[in-house]
Amino acid sequence: MPKRKDIRRILVIGSGPIVIGQACEFDYSGSQACKALRSEGYEVVLINSNPATIMTDPDMADRTYIEPLTLEHVEEVIRRERPDALLSTVGGQTGLNLAVALAEAGILDHYGVELIGAKLEAIKKAEDRLLFKDAMTKIGLDVPRSRLVNNVADGVEFANKIGYPVILRPSFTLGGTGGGIAYNREELEEILQRGLDLSPVHEVLIEESVLGWKEFELEVMRDLADNAIVVCSIENFDPMGVHTGDSITVAPAQTLTDREYQMMRDAALACLREIGVDTGGSNVQFAIHPETGRMVIIEMNPRVSRSSALASKATGFPIAKIAAKLAVGYRLDEIPNDITRKTPACFEPTIDYVVVKIPRWQFEKFPGAEPVLGTQMKSVGEVMAIGRTFKQALAKAMRSLETGKSPDAEEYDESLIPKRLITPNPERLKYIRFAFQRGYTVEQVHEMTSIDPWFLEQVRQLVMLEQELARESLDTITPERMREAKRAGISDDQLARMWKCSPMEVRRRRLQWGIRAVFNRVDTCAAEFESFTPYLYSSYETECEADPDDRRKIMILGSGPNRIGQGIEFDYACCHASFALREFGYESIMVNCNPETVSTDYDTSDRLYFEPLTLEEVLNIYDTERPQGVIVQFGGQTPLTLALPLKAAGVPIIGTDPDSIDLAEDRDRFGRLLDELGIPAPPYGSATTVEEACAVAARIGYPVLVRPSYVLGGRAMVIAYDEETVRRYMREAVVFSQDRPVLIDRFLEDAVEIDVDALSDGEDVLIAGIMEHIEEAGIHSGDSSCVMPPTSLSRTTIETVVDYTTRLARALRVVGLMNVQYAVKNGTVYVLEVNPRASRTVPYVSKATGVPLAKVAVGLMLGGRLRDFTDLTRGFSSGVLPVPQYFVKSPVFPFQKFPGVDPALGPEMRSTGEVMGVGQNFGEAFAKAQLSAGVPLPDRGRVFISVNDKHKPTAVQLARQFVELGFEVIATRGTAAALAAAGIPHRRIFKVNEGRPNVVDLIKDRAVQLIIYTPTGAQSFSDERVIRRTALLYNVPCITTISAARAAVEAVISRRRDPIRIWSLQEIHGIERAPAQLAG
Amino acid sequence: MSKAILALEDGSVFEGCSIGAPVERAGEVVFNTAITGYQEIFTDPSYAGQIVVLTNPQIGNYGTTPEDSEAPRPYIEGLVVRDFSPVASNWRSRLPADEFLKQYGIPIANGIDTRALVRRIRNYGAMRGVLSCVPGADPQQLVEKARRIPPMAGLDLASRVTTPQPYEWNQGLEPCSPSEHLPPTRPRRFHVVAYDFGIKRNILRLLAHFGCRVTLVPAHTSANDVLGLRPDGVFLSNGPGDPEPLTGPIGEIRKLLGKKPIFGICLGHQLLGLALGGKSFKLKFGHHGANHPVINYRTGRVEITSQNHGFAIDPDSLKPSEVEITHMNLNDHTLEGFRHRWLPVFCVQYHPEAAPGPHDSRYLFEEFIALMEQHRQG
Repeated sequence: MPKRKDIRRILVIGSGPIVIGQACEFDYSGSQACKALRSEGYEVVLINSNPATIMTDPDMADRTYIEPLTLEHVEEVIRRERPDALLSTVGGQTGLNLAVALAEAGILDHYGVELIGAKLEAIKKAEDRLLFKDAMTKIGLDVPRSRLVNNVADGVEFANKIGYPVILRPSFTLGGTGGGIAYNREELEEILQRGLDLSPVHEVLIEESVLGWKEFELEVMRDLADNAIVVCSIENFDPMGVHTGDSITVAPAQTLTDREYQMMRDAALACLREIGVDTGGSNVQFAIHPETGRMVIIEMNPRVSRSSALASKATGFPIAKIAAKLAVGYRLDEIPNDITRKTPACFEPTIDYVVVKIPRWQFEKFPGAEPVLGTQMKSVGEVMAIGRTFKQALAKAMRSLETGKSPDAEEYDESLIPKRLITPNPERLKYIRFAFQRGYTVEQVHEMTSIDPWFLEQVRQLVMLEQELARESLDTITPERMREAKRAGISDDQLARMWKCSPMEVRRRRLQWGIRAVFNRVDTCAAEFESFTPYLYSSYETECEADPDDRRKIMILGSGPNRIGQGIEFDYACCHASFALREFGYESIMVNCNPETVSTDYDTSDRLYFEPLTLEEVLNIYDTERPQGVIVQFGGQTPLTLALPLKAAGVPIIGTDPDSIDLAEDRDRFGRLLDELGIPAPPYGSATTVEEACAVAARIGYPVLVRPSYVLGGRAMVIAYDEETVRRYMREAVVFSQDRPVLIDRFLEDAVEIDVDALSDGEDVLIAGIMEHIEEAGIHSGDSSCVMPPTSLSRTTIETVVDYTTRLARALRVVGLMNVQYAVKNGTVYVLEVNPRASRTVPYVSKATGVPLAKVAVGLMLGGRLRDFTDLTRGFSSGVLPVPQYFVKSPVFPFQKFPGVDPALGPEMRSTGEVMGVGQNFGEAFAKAQLSAGVPLPDRGRVFISVNDKHKPTAVQLARQFVELGFEVIATRGTAAALAAAGIPHRRIFKVNEGRPNVVDLIKDRAVQLIIYTPTGAQSFSDERVIRRTALLYNVPCITTISAARAAVEAVISRRRDPIRIWSLQEIHGIERAPAQLAG
Repeated sequence: MSKAILALEDGSVFEGCSIGAPVERAGEVVFNTAITGYQEIFTDPSYAGQIVVLTNPQIGNYGTTPEDSEAPRPYIEGLVVRDFSPVASNWRSRLPADEFLKQYGIPIANGIDTRALVRRIRNYGAMRGVLSCVPGADPQQLVEKARRIPPMAGLDLASRVTTPQPYEWNQGLEPCSPSEHLPPTRPRRFHVVAYDFGIKRNILRLLAHFGCRVTLVPAHTSANDVLGLRPDGVFLSNGPGDPEPLTGPIGEIRKLLGKKPIFGICLGHQLLGLALGGKSFKLKFGHHGANHPVINYRTGRVEITSQNHGFAIDPDSLKPSEVEITHMNLNDHTLEGFRHRWLPVFCVQYHPEAAPGPHDSRYLFEEFIALMEQHRQG
């Protein structure tokens, strides 16, 4: 079947901001889909609220809308653009839900838009738990037994029938509230009664527990001719009970015979057909009882998912790209396999290596959250590693995680082994290793973890080998032993620690013996056909397939696993660097280990090395490829920490010299530089002991900001108002900054913070973006909303900022990108931090200005001057780039996923993603950003105001505006008095600790639509915490800074005044685009 | 641990650890790319005379179970793998895979860079080789030995693996899990005589499952004897090696054409091709795997198929007036199936019985049943 010619224009909906459970894998799938559709000559209209994505680059679609993913805004896109079809399956759950909502609201019918990929009926059948179970039962597939009950007696009877434990799920409660697991009748009665009470329909689903069963996933695809294939099988290391996103997973499945695997394949394809996914990829999840072999189907996603991204990277089969082509009518056998070129995509990839994915958690950022894993996903990112064996892949994956903790520094407590093994938690794998070190048997560990003995045996063998090696030394080790260690995936670093020598000594020794890494290809076919795609992983086999060529080439180091503070923005920059290199006539070589990203798409760069970002692995690649240069400034902190060691090993780093990077990070050196330049900074000092820290703090005066010297997303950063806090911090922070001192800065209260991104060729400096933070200083820049252009800065301030930035760039001899953070207080501009590298804001600034910052930066790093790229920079090679509208960037937080955590903002970054709002005025842009961030500001209703004395005058002004806008104002005692004095009508309400009703009751009654309060000191801390937590649970916007409150008023005004209006990036930046030709 | 040496006729030598029987075996070295199903591969008689390299690096993980054997014993000459697991983990496992092979004296080379080996075979074709797990073997002598092995082309291996005596088979498919969804069994209504050139049990299980009583007969049974058994249909099985030397069976098959419905698989397909005047040739390194896309021209659908053959029929050698090409391999466009335009004869090169591999092509057994039904009525 050829592609469809009755459709020309296709709408693609993205997945919005990065949140836990929905991350950059959907940028990967969305970008692939857009590229595939455009290459077929279709016009693509895209909407996504996330500016940090590659997919929202203006050249990925014909029309790109960075607008809120709401029914109204998507309808507006449809009204303006009149697409013929909507591809529902590449934008994650968000995209799928929106597609359903549009269809159900009649919008698609009204505008004649056809749903392609998965039809409405199929989506509903897959997504509705009961419809799905019925459908599966109908085709003879086994599902966990379940029954809906509305009284305790029925529940007890059913539980007796299926046996304990049972899972309880009350119907229609918020976030699954009231559910649980009952291990006995007593618990069942208790949880069931509570669940029935909580359920508005007095109904609870009781389900057979499959905890501890073996867990598998199959990635399947189907075309309109009903050809169906399995792309990849995945087996979870962690059995049922841990969310797949939080499980260590392995491809291909390791412990199934062909009989069992084919049974699962038959079931998956039958499921796909019954649900009726016409075209594209789906993911089907199964559980198998480890002793009886009973197999139940758990769920299916009728769309491209996180697992499909993993499966694509694990096999080299680009699921999203193929899904897009199938959606427009192609058959699987009409699409060629890019990697072999000669064979079609209608086949099942076979792999001759093992892939291991390990999630990356950050519980340390959420004090109060219990670090326990369950059915709700908690990880913020993941790594994937490819090895010739499971052991090698596992070892590589573990070091790809970059947990920042060296294994030596970790302390294990033997008495904790049972607890850490029985209850799944982020440390479980480490504790399994520890248990084996202590002589536990596979059987014992299996009993506690239910993890399949095969996996456990592999881990045990690795631990045993490590113990044997630890008895050797650099002098006693034999070449055979050394090779065995390397083939098992053990790093030079690890060997060096065992042998008390340096990793370089280990490296030199093994190289002398000819034990060097070689590279194998990921080729979809286990070498049966020749591969034309250099998608490589390292091993210690006998033959190297890297086959490097003699072209001019540059290697880019990626940013590793997503984590808070180092996420998709850096991948965005790395991808652009790669695109730019190709455009400037260089071969681009990407190194990264994050399977979710666009950078690890084999299409993004000329050559892809899927490898851990460690010195050892990067040097291996360098030795093989011999590139002219290595780019370290786009991938965030991960490659930067490698910059100096790489330079020391003779690797040419292009762009800003690693020494300048070091200078900017080294407080003393940097302080001297600022003194020389006469640029003010807040008083500071550094300390390596508790006493020293207290002395420094006392000298520079409280409040102080305390942090480790190498910072990632404000990790382990606090504002201390007293010595007690400094002491506590020093005791806890040392883990994170082994031999680096702690930095102590004076904290500037109530200052306005500014982020600046600049491009520099070493002489000329172009200010790409001046971003004014909406929250005051003290809130991590990544957690603060910001606006371009700045709205409250004076001309003098901006001139000062330009002057300082220019001089800093020259002094640091920055070549490429630089980010500077400033604080403005009482008219003085202070430098807070300089990062001579790409920052988190590069994609946002690129989208606001229409200038591809990363691309220009690469041009500069290759030796160009700013004046050579004026065609890209709208004619500017110095000064400040203009911004044609208002662009607000707002953060998105994962607090909903961490019950018990105080959702207060501070100097430690906690947001996982960002959105952008575009407007004709600041209020409009801010309102849209808040809407996209999931906390829409109200346009009517009640506002609660409670502020400290300092903020009362401003609060009075704001209250007046709210009243004029028709809001009812509610205030607590102090604020109410100020309002009364100003004659503003209001209602008084108790503070939380005074009595009831108070604001918490109002939130729960949904009787308040906006909360504004500013911290009033330690005694009210618990009040504030409960307000924030309740507001979060009920999704009421809760504003905690006075400047954000001001912004909120403007947003409310805009909501009431401005119609729903949207702009595509192409129209904002005047980008002309040749109309697509529907070829073929 | 003792050494295992695999020496190829081109002079290349691969060294690993011996974890199987401490013996030396010779054969054609071929690779199989299936991810699952090593036990079915070990016990497929079509591998007689071959040393098998598995591309999946992790082998042995799920042990072995008697139900998954495709013949009473393994037929591979030797096994070459990257990482063999001594620990078997699966609820159906009865015996670890290395012990299973050791029982039958089969050598295993573990820790081999199988990818490099596969790339060599892909580039230079299937090669003769010697796998020695005997301590003190000299690699150069093994290479010399490899060069002296008779080549695969021209060898009549089927006669070596066929059953010496006729026997009956009536056992259908059994589920491997309480959740397995098998096709419904049919009442036993047909008698099929199956030529055993090295037949896989799953063919027999499927025939029985779909309502056939199967009588297996030795490869050199005459057409008259077959017809004397009064079958409703004749089945031509898979089997090892080159079809050309099987001139006897080819002649008998020719006599059976038109007499009874005939269904052939793999070697059976090649023999039918030769019986109809076609020509066979040796593929560079054969098809051995479970992921080959085959298009069925009659339905337009693509089946993912299980494959195991080193020879193929040249489609241009068949008379278009007499033979309709029904299936084609989408990877390399080799012939995968044909049927006679007016006689009740059809066959496929690949393995619709799977084991190991996908079940996409089971419908062919039903077509055979339908053909016998039709023939009986007509």
